Amino acid sequence: MTKDTHTIETSNLAKRFGDVVAVDSVTFDVRPGELFGFLGPNGAGKTTTINMLTGLARPDTGSIRIGGIDCTDRPRAAQHLIGVVPDESNLYPELTGFENLCFCAALYGLGKADRQGRAKELLEGFGLTNAAGRKFSGYSRGMKRKLTIAAGIIHKPEILFLDEPTTGIDVASARQLRQLIADLHRAGTTIFLTTHYIEEAERLCGRIAFIVSGRIVRIDTVEHLIQPVQEKHVVQIACANMPDDIRDKLCGSFPGLEFTTQGQGLIRVESGEPVRVGPLVRFLEEQGGEVAEARRMRPSLEDIFVQITGIEADAMRKEKEKAGGGQ
Amino acid sequence: MKPWIAFWNILVKDMRTYYLKPPNISWGLIFPLAWTGMFFIKSGSGLESIMALLPGVVAVSILFGTTSMLAVTVTFEKKNRSFERLLLAPIPFELLMLAKTSGAILFGVANAFVPVVMAAFLADLSLIAWSVFVPAVFMIAVASTFLGLFIAVAVSEVFEAQTFSNFFRFPMIFLCGLFFPIEKLPVFLKPLSYALPLTYGADVLHGAVHGGHAMPFILDLSLLGAFCVGLFAVSLWNIKRKWIL
Repeated sequence: MTKDTHTIETSNLAKRFGDVVAVDSVTFDVRPGELFGFLGPNGAGKTTTINMLTGLARPDTGSIRIGGIDCTDRPRAAQHLIGVVPDESNLYPELTGFENLCFCAALYGLGKADRQGRAKELLEGFGLTNAAGRKFSGYSRGMKRKLTIAAGIIHKPEILFLDEPTTGIDVASARQLRQLIADLHRAGTTIFLTTHYIEEAERLCGRIAFIVSGRIVRIDTVEHLIQPVQEKHVVQIACANMPDDIRDKLCGSFPGLEFTTQGQGLIRVESGEPVRVGPLVRFLEEQGGEVAEARRMRPSLEDIFVQITGIEADAMRKEKEKAGGGQ
Repeated sequence: MKPWIAFWNILVKDMRTYYLKPPNISWGLIFPLAWTGMFFIKSGSGLESIMALLPGVVAVSILFGTTSMLAVTVTFEKKNRSFERLLLAPIPFELLMLAKTSGAILFGVANAFVPVVMAAFLADLSLIAWSVFVPAVFMIAVASTFLGLFIAVAVSEVFEAQTFSNFFRFPMIFLCGLFFPIEKLPVFLKPLSYALPLTYGADVLHGAVHGGHAMPFILDLSLLGAFCVGLFAVSLWNIKRKWIL
C-alpha cells in the first residue's frame, strides 16, 4: 500500500433488503492512519456499510477498495489487512479469554508461540490478565467488549473497524475503551468507528461522516463541522411554570437573540454576541417562571448533528440504549 | 502453510468445545448401543443376526451422530454471531467450511466403530473386508456431515435444525436398505431410495460385512462421492447467498 493511497475508498455503495433501502449512494474515503467516524441513528445504515466493507455483505451497486485492493466482486479479498470489532461481543462463550485470543490469532495464521505471546501482551494491555483463565461467558459486559477489541487487533491489522464499541457498557469501561482506541490510533492504525455517541466521535475522530436513512449527509473534519457553532454563544435555562407563549414573548422582548424551547422547562438561547443572562432570568421570573438554572453552553458537534440531520441526539442515544443497554 | 494453522485450530476448537463434551460422548456411545440392542431383540434370530444388522447400525450411528452435531453447532454459532469470526478470517472459504465440518466427520467415524467394537465381542469379524468397510464409513461420514451442513444453512434456529434433520434422517432408516432390503419396498418408494446418499453407503457396508451388495463398490463409492461434492457445493453456495448478504 503506497502512502498516498486511500486506505478505504467507496464509491456509490448501495444495498437494499427487499423494499428497504439500507444504504444509498454512499461515497467516502479514509486516509492512512486516520480515525474516521461514521455517525448516525439506529437503522441509518452504519452496520450495513461496515458489513459491506468487511466482506460480510455484498453491495448491490458501487465499488469498494481496501488498502488498494478492489473488493467489489471479491468481498473477502482484503481480509488479511483488516480487524473487525462487531457491535456485539461475539467471542466463544466456552473458551477462556486466553483461548479466545489464541484461537482468533490462529485464524490469521499466527504460529503457536506468536499467538500465545500476543494474547498475553493484549490481556495485560487491556487489564484482563487476572481473567485470562476464565470462560468468556463469565465476563462482565465491559470485559467482553475489551476482549472483543483485543481479538480484533490480535493480528495487528492495518485497518480496524469498530462498530459501536462502547454501547451498553458502564462509564468507567467506556472511558478505558476510548483511551485504548486513542492509543491504537496514535500507534498508526487506521480506524473506522461507528457510534451514536456524538461526544465520543467528537473526542476521538479526525473526520466524521453523518449518515441518515442510508445516505451520507455531510463529511468533514471535526474542526470544520464545529466552526459555525463555535462563533455562537449559547445559554440554556431551566425554568418551571413557564407560560405557553413564553417563546413569543422572549422573541419580542429580546430581538437580537434566538430562542428554542426544548421541553421539560428548558429554553435554549443562541446569539452571535455574548448573552447577558441577568435580564433573561429577570424577564422569566416576571412572567411567573421559576428559574432553577442558567448555564453557558460550549457549542458542540451535537448542535451540528441536530442542525444537519434534524434528529435530536438525546433521542438517538436513548433509542440505542433501549435496544442495547445503557452506558 | 498459514491457512492450515487456521484449519487445524478450528478443528481442534470444535472437537474440544462440542464433540468431546461428556454429553456428546455418551450420545455417541448410547445411541449406537440402543440401535444395536433394538434390532437385535427385534430380529429374534440370535447372535447369527449380528453380521446382518451391523451395516445398518453402523450407517445409522454415523448419520445421527454427524447430522445432529453439525446442524446444531453451526446454527448455534450463526445465532450468536461467532460464525462471523470465521467468515472474516483470511482463509479460502472452501477450506474454512472443510475445517468446520471435519470435526463432525471424525465424530461420525468414531461413532461408526462403537457398534463394531461391540460386535467384536459377540461375533467373528475376521471376514469383514476392511479395505472396503473403512472407506465406506468415511464416505458415509462425509456425506452425512455435508447433509448436516445443508440443513444448518437452511434454518436459522437450533430447534429448526433438529426438526429438519429428522425430516431427512428417519425416512432414510427405512428407505436406504439399512435394515430392510430396497427390493422389498413398494415400487413407488424405490426411486426415492436411489435419490438418497445413504443407500449407496449401506450397500457398500453390506457388501463389506457379509457380501450381499446390489451394486459394484466402485459405483456405490463414486455415487456417494458425487453426493458429497453436490451437498458441499450447494451448502457453500447457500452460505454465500444467505450469510454473506
